[in-house]
Amino acid sequence: MITVEHLTKRYGAQLAVSDVSFSCAPGTVTGFLGPNGAGKSTTLRAVCGLTLPTSGTATVGGRPYRELPNAGRHVGVLLDAGAQHSGRTGREALTLAALVQGVPRTRVDEVLEHVGLAGKPAGKRVGKYSLGMRQRLGLAMALLGDPQVLILDEPANGLDPDGIFWMRGLLRGFADRGGTVLLSSHLLREVEAVADQLVVIAGGRIVAQGSSAELLASTGSLVRARDSAALTAALTAAGIGAVPGLADGLVADAPAEAVGLAAATAGVALLELRPAGGDRLEELFRSLTGPSAGTSPTTATQIQETRA
Amino acid sequence: MSTATIEQPTTPRVGEPAAAPSLLRLTRVELRKSYDTRAGFWLLLVVALASLAVVLLQLFFADEPDKTFDMFFATTQLPVGLLLPVVGILLVTSEWSQRTAMTTFALVPARSRVLTAKVLAGVVLGLLGVAAAAVASALGALLTPVLTEDSSAWGVSGAQVGQAVLVQVITILIGIAFGMLLLSSPLAIVLYFVLPTVVTIVSNTVGSLTWMRDWLDLTTTTGPMYDGSLDGQGWAQVATSVALWGLAPMVAGWIRIVRSEIG
Repeated sequence: MITVEHLTKRYGAQLAVSDVSFSCAPGTVTGFLGPNGAGKSTTLRAVCGLTLPTSGTATVGGRPYRELPNAGRHVGVLLDAGAQHSGRTGREALTLAALVQGVPRTRVDEVLEHVGLAGKPAGKRVGKYSLGMRQRLGLAMALLGDPQVLILDEPANGLDPDGIFWMRGLLRGFADRGGTVLLSSHLLREVEAVADQLVVIAGGRIVAQGSSAELLASTGSLVRARDSAALTAALTAAGIGAVPGLADGLVADAPAEAVGLAAATAGVALLELRPAGGDRLEELFRSLTGPSAGTSPTTATQIQETRA
Repeated sequence: MSTATIEQPTTPRVGEPAAAPSLLRLTRVELRKSYDTRAGFWLLLVVALASLAVVLLQLFFADEPDKTFDMFFATTQLPVGLLLPVVGILLVTSEWSQRTAMTTFALVPARSRVLTAKVLAGVVLGLLGVAAAAVASALGALLTPVLTEDSSAWGVSGAQVGQAVLVQVITILIGIAFGMLLLSSPLAIVLYFVLPTVVTIVSNTVGSLTWMRDWLDLTTTTGPMYDGSLDGQGWAQVATSVALWGLAPMVAGWIRIVRSEIG
């Protein structure tokens, strides 16, 4: 169980995280989404006691992280795959962590096996690891203490498609056995397959939050016509809201039937008409990560309004 | 790498409280960190080899009265005292330059416990340094009559051993203090060697600064400790200089590390 309440972190004049609240229940995977620099890492570091929040609280299992007596046995943390001494072997890095946590050395070989680093890679120095191998080592480190909670910052970075698939299975299995998983990503596609809940952050504020089913399934429709202007006019006439979608399409705020009827009434020929699925979230996300999207809170608020 | 097929259970356990790691355990971890990297291993090996080297030089090139155990023991303190502080500095700064502080403090969020363990590890390393010097000196005393025509002697005073231990522990702790204050390996190593040297030079050349030499210059104040001849007012002078070069940076660095953001 992870609970973040009204978390705010200010660096001088810059507001990195502003009034962020969410919680992650046991048995679920929460995807923490946002463009680079949105405040994901700051939030996760605050949860793990590495950053003191300016205001607000974060607890893991009902306790502030800093009060966990043997943190690794409760929470598995992977915040930065690069945060390993390049002169140590993968096995040695894990052995040190095992000594700190008081878990048997045999556990080191277990997790090495588990993440696919057993054998030769385990004896190589971390400096010689690829990014993918470092992520695997980081996951091994997180799993070492057999925790109930996993907090992972961009764990899919540097993993190949096979690795990403494997990691999804691992996280899904962990949650299905009652564990709590919080993982961040800047790619929606990377987490939508595994997350039960999504928290979207931009400019330090939460702009969307809810179950994946709720956020990804939308009542809207994706519609495309040869004459986009005529289509927009037809939808407006029928009282249906629409925002520009991918390519020259529109995402209309109504079921496909209503959109089709509106177009037929106005005599607009359609090229494509289908339920939008997760496209609204995708659109929201694309607008956040797009070149025009700043990290200013106003952008985020506007987007939140268009969503609502 | 084989990945997909292994169905290892990572079943999350419920509720079972795990005890906090003891200070002894954390100290053992910190000691292990001092030698489990290539840099650390070689540095410690060089400390041992340098002690042996000065003993051999003394054995072959010094005059007969200098070939006793206590004379060997006094000389071997120099390479140990020169290099051990670097081990101490790296014990702290490598956590930042290699960014392992994130892992370390995620596992042990009570940062003061980690810092205490580093200080204790420094004390142990100081003791081991003196032990290495003693072994090298014993070899020197043993081999002198064998390899040369001179005779040797084994006598050593308790004061000499005690002060050697103390000065080595103080020296490595000053290294740790510099590491804590600066959190950067190159910066801490350079300043550790340059700053006290500047003070030595300045206070020795400027006539009106002899008080500074006597009370704040580490080289001057701790000098007598290497052969066990510190006494009287000397102790107070050691205390003031160590307060300046060790205690002050350690307290400032400690407070900063406990409060700062990691990562």
